[in-house]
Amino acid sequence: MASPASDERPFPPGEYPLIVVGSGPGGLQLSYGLRHYGVDHAVLSADQAAGGMFRKWPFFQRLLSWTKPYAPAARSAREYQRYDWNSLVTFEPELRSMQTSFMDGSSYFPSRPEMQSSMEAFAERAGVQVRYGCTWQSTSKEDGPIGTTFTLRTSDGEYRTPLLVLAVGVAQPWSPSPPGIELTRHYADTRDAAWYAGKRIFIIGKQNSGFELASGLAAWASEITVCSPSPAKTSIEKRSLAGVRARYVQPFEDSFLGLGVKILDASIAAIVKVDGGLRVDLKRTDTGEEMAVEADEVIAATGFTCPLLDLPELGVQTFGQAKLPAVTPLWESASVPGIFFAGTISQASPGLRKHGIPAYSGAVHGHRYNSLILARQLAETRFGVPMERPLLAEDAIVPFLLREATRAPELWHQKAYLARVISLADDGFRDEGILPLVHALDGMTKDVIAMTVEADGTGAIYPVVYVRHDGRLGEVALPGHPLLDFETPAHVEALRAALGSVLHEASAA
Amino acid sequence: MATREEIADILAGFALFGDLQTPQLLGVAGTFEEVYFPQGERVLRQGLTANGFFVILEGTADVTIDGTKRSEVHRGDFFGEVSILLGEPPTADIVATTPLRCLAMPGTAVEPFLVSYPRIMYRMLQAQARRLRNANRWRS
Repeated sequence: MASPASDERPFPPGEYPLIVVGSGPGGLQLSYGLRHYGVDHAVLSADQAAGGMFRKWPFFQRLLSWTKPYAPAARSAREYQRYDWNSLVTFEPELRSMQTSFMDGSSYFPSRPEMQSSMEAFAERAGVQVRYGCTWQSTSKEDGPIGTTFTLRTSDGEYRTPLLVLAVGVAQPWSPSPPGIELTRHYADTRDAAWYAGKRIFIIGKQNSGFELASGLAAWASEITVCSPSPAKTSIEKRSLAGVRARYVQPFEDSFLGLGVKILDASIAAIVKVDGGLRVDLKRTDTGEEMAVEADEVIAATGFTCPLLDLPELGVQTFGQAKLPAVTPLWESASVPGIFFAGTISQASPGLRKHGIPAYSGAVHGHRYNSLILARQLAETRFGVPMERPLLAEDAIVPFLLREATRAPELWHQKAYLARVISLADDGFRDEGILPLVHALDGMTKDVIAMTVEADGTGAIYPVVYVRHDGRLGEVALPGHPLLDFETPAHVEALRAALGSVLHEASAA
Repeated sequence: MATREEIADILAGFALFGDLQTPQLLGVAGTFEEVYFPQGERVLRQGLTANGFFVILEGTADVTIDGTKRSEVHRGDFFGEVSILLGEPPTADIVATTPLRCLAMPGTAVEPFLVSYPRIMYRMLQAQARRLRNANRWRS
């Protein structure tokens, strides 16, 4: 960190109209959006450069999210984002799809250093300014006549702001608490792979991180046990990213074949030291039968929580094992107005979760769009920046919505979560842009048409149109298509039928 | 708050899960996902498909049909199962009247879940029988 005398970092301690904390993809994307809309703000980060968790993880240095260098759309086109899960998104074509230029061609899953380089380049080229090396330490809030002011105490001094956006990731290691958990090592502290040569490893947790370790350490460990009370399912079985990703299927196959990996459904009663290692005492989920497994190292791949510091003491409600904040559909704390969340924490607003399929707000390809929506909302509602809502001719609505359903990356990455929204205003139909579906259905005072792309867990993907009109809410699922083309005559006919009365009433008026 | 162990402890006090032992409760707790709804937010929407099955951990919600309140649901109550079992959209809105913390399970997971835990299915059947009896009393 620079000494105070020579400190040329931006955003010295003081008062700012809005403060963003975090310089991972979420913080960078939000700050980019705020700059685009002309909102004055400061960005603070404890890190020394951009990239957030990608400066350290994943442990085996290869991302789970892909970027296809070659795709059926030009890299500068909006449609290309569907094939690029990792680049941040911009309004300027020349800044789009930056990830591809940092990949060496050996895999379409970027390496961790490639992702880090891409994030650093984005911050530089997009002009996102961050005060690095500035650690948020504690918070207080004061309610005054003109609203609430938040004070952030940091390693560099005090900052005051009426609007605080936290993009600090879900990055604080979390472990369960059975007796002996102190004898284990968290995923975040996994040793170098070579240390595990010939060792017996017991991994607690059946999320992606557990199976990432089981896959990566298979070449080193003599025995691997993966255990949690509930059975694991793969993304292929669940037809969504809700399961363990296909990249990590090998341990399942090894388990089915009885070749060195055991996958157990059991709860952990205790972990104790024994001669030559550790013993994990278990109770099987299905029968309650007691059993034990010996290992040289127990690794808790049990996930992470939100590092919200003292915000719960200020009234920020949290829920779940990850201690996600309780938020509105537009990512504002449900209990402390004025505090917003961006980046991977935006998964705290789950949307409709139709068919149990989550939004992908926990990953860059989902939350990058949430951040742009949040930037637009903050700019308009808190800073008075006027936003265009172009009028749409009635005969343009059906082709416009079907084009969006076929091509809009926001709808494809955030299925049943983000929607292209058209409002029914007094002067006609207006394009409201991309918004969270729940906000469009419940939070807008105008009547709306909302178009989404959805999946039902069987592998089918199809558009769905929602209409809220005259106090009634309805949905119509349009046909799917084997080539995912929703601009066919059949789709035109189906959407016209679904919107029939709305279009006719509006034109009659 | 709300680790899997804590969820299992809460579930142990709910009638629906009253027949399960601790390892089974831990397994059940891992089958659900914890979700949170701010006061005023809708959990289920009348007429919209593909919802889930919910068990209330904390809070209260109104059951409304066409905007008219018909009843309330509270801690330990569950909802969403009728539309899942019948394969039809919900006939009511469920609207959080306080901050509402629930366990949620996708509709597609409900059948295998109930088949795996027949004692939960039996308890659910008892609850449905009580609801049916009360509805019949109200009508008569």
